[in-house]
Amino acid sequence: MSAPAHAVSLKRTPLYDLHRELGAKLIDFGGWEMPVQYQGILEEHRAVRERAGIFDVSHMGELEVTGREAMTALQGLTPNDVAKLEDGRCHYSAFLTDRGTFVDDLLVYRRAADSYLLVVNASNTAKDFEWARSRASGDAVVEDKSDSYALLAVQGPRAAALCARVSSSDPSDLPYYGFRMMDVLGETALVSRTGYTGEDGFEIYLDPGSAEKVLRGLLDAGRPDGVVPCGLGARDTLRLEAKMALYGNDIDDTVTPWEADLGWIVKLKKGDFTGRDALVRQKEQGVPRRLVGFEMLDRGIARHGYAAQTPSGPGTVTSGTHSPTLGKPIGLALLPSGSAAVGEEFSVDIRGRSARARVVETPFYRRKKEAPS
Amino acid sequence: MNPEDLHYAASHEWVRIDGDIGTVGITDHAQKELGEIVYLELPEVGHVFNADEEFGTVESVKAVSELFTPVSGEVVEINKGAVGEPGIVNDDPFGDGWLIKLKLSTDQEVAKLMSAEKYAEYVEAEEKEK
Repeated sequence: MSAPAHAVSLKRTPLYDLHRELGAKLIDFGGWEMPVQYQGILEEHRAVRERAGIFDVSHMGELEVTGREAMTALQGLTPNDVAKLEDGRCHYSAFLTDRGTFVDDLLVYRRAADSYLLVVNASNTAKDFEWARSRASGDAVVEDKSDSYALLAVQGPRAAALCARVSSSDPSDLPYYGFRMMDVLGETALVSRTGYTGEDGFEIYLDPGSAEKVLRGLLDAGRPDGVVPCGLGARDTLRLEAKMALYGNDIDDTVTPWEADLGWIVKLKKGDFTGRDALVRQKEQGVPRRLVGFEMLDRGIARHGYAAQTPSGPGTVTSGTHSPTLGKPIGLALLPSGSAAVGEEFSVDIRGRSARARVVETPFYRRKKEAPS
Repeated sequence: MNPEDLHYAASHEWVRIDGDIGTVGITDHAQKELGEIVYLELPEVGHVFNADEEFGTVESVKAVSELFTPVSGEVVEINKGAVGEPGIVNDDPFGDGWLIKLKLSTDQEVAKLMSAEKYAEYVEAEEKEK
């Protein structure tokens, strides 16, 4: 057996000591010492699909964009239409390069007409801050407030009931991608109905000093319901089943939203934004490759970076895992558009062995929408 | 605990010697480090390996790791039960979760491997380095 290498001087979230106490296995994730699992990835994955799980995602970065012209600045910085956001709503968007490729993917929260919160990937925070600060137009001020926020994600069919029990107001009436301020376990928090698992759930933004109290309180209140702490391992299998892109795996500064099947975040009619010209050009000329979901026909897991071969030329596997819900290997791949239709077969080089795979419909998993109980 | 009658490799495999047959598996520590095992790739019967050579791979949800045989020999049996249901390697790594049986080429190699006690010390030292 070959053992993984370990890095030094990693950043820690305010919940590090509690993770140790809970028996987490910690790994280096983009320079952060984060829990990859507590009891086991499969068990935590199942808990989120059937009950609820709680993730520490305090490593995520938070940028604040404020000022009278904040909205105008964000219209120029991001491809989605910020003018459509009302107070208390957020949407999925991106920073794009002049080539129309991803600098990062992110959430934009509108707190007020002159106050926005952007939530970005941990490993991109410094790059994103510099990128936005240097390009923001008008009087908009961009600040990196990542150290001012801890972030917990409560995800699963029982998340709403759990959050309602410990909050000053029941968040069940929040629409998908809606948010408001409320007290959770007596601590001031921004609570949004968002997540990265394909389940109903909430993300809770907190003062770092109150994070441990709130996580302990949520775990205690959720224990009778089978709510468990979950690590980044389960977060990855959950997001992949829901076909949510991971920056650094599925999208990066070589991939456009058209290619990533994320064209819905691009609003060409809203006016100019960084990357727009390149996206218009690519749309006219044709999108050369597509991010597709696949399942394996032969044995084995095709993982990130493995080479794919299609009748239309080479491609790349961007994510791959064993799907706990489906009980079989699944993945995402960037394939030439001519071979990216559902049902197309291709081969993947799994450590020197050629294995067959097939493009399938995504998401791999879609939750059943039930009437609120 | 690591059984006393086995011999242990630094790459976290064990071998049980029974006459000229060596049974190879991975240790309890190894299965814990890997997490839930979902795939095993094992060689064909008849394949001959030298000591420390890669004989297969073990794959968990989060990672893939190579398997190295601690001793030289010809594969005479593979654990088809474990290939079909790799979770038994997690459940019983020293018993039903064995991987391959080899007809040993020599009886000289076992002396270079660690005892249960030495292996336990080795794992402890490795953990401290983390």
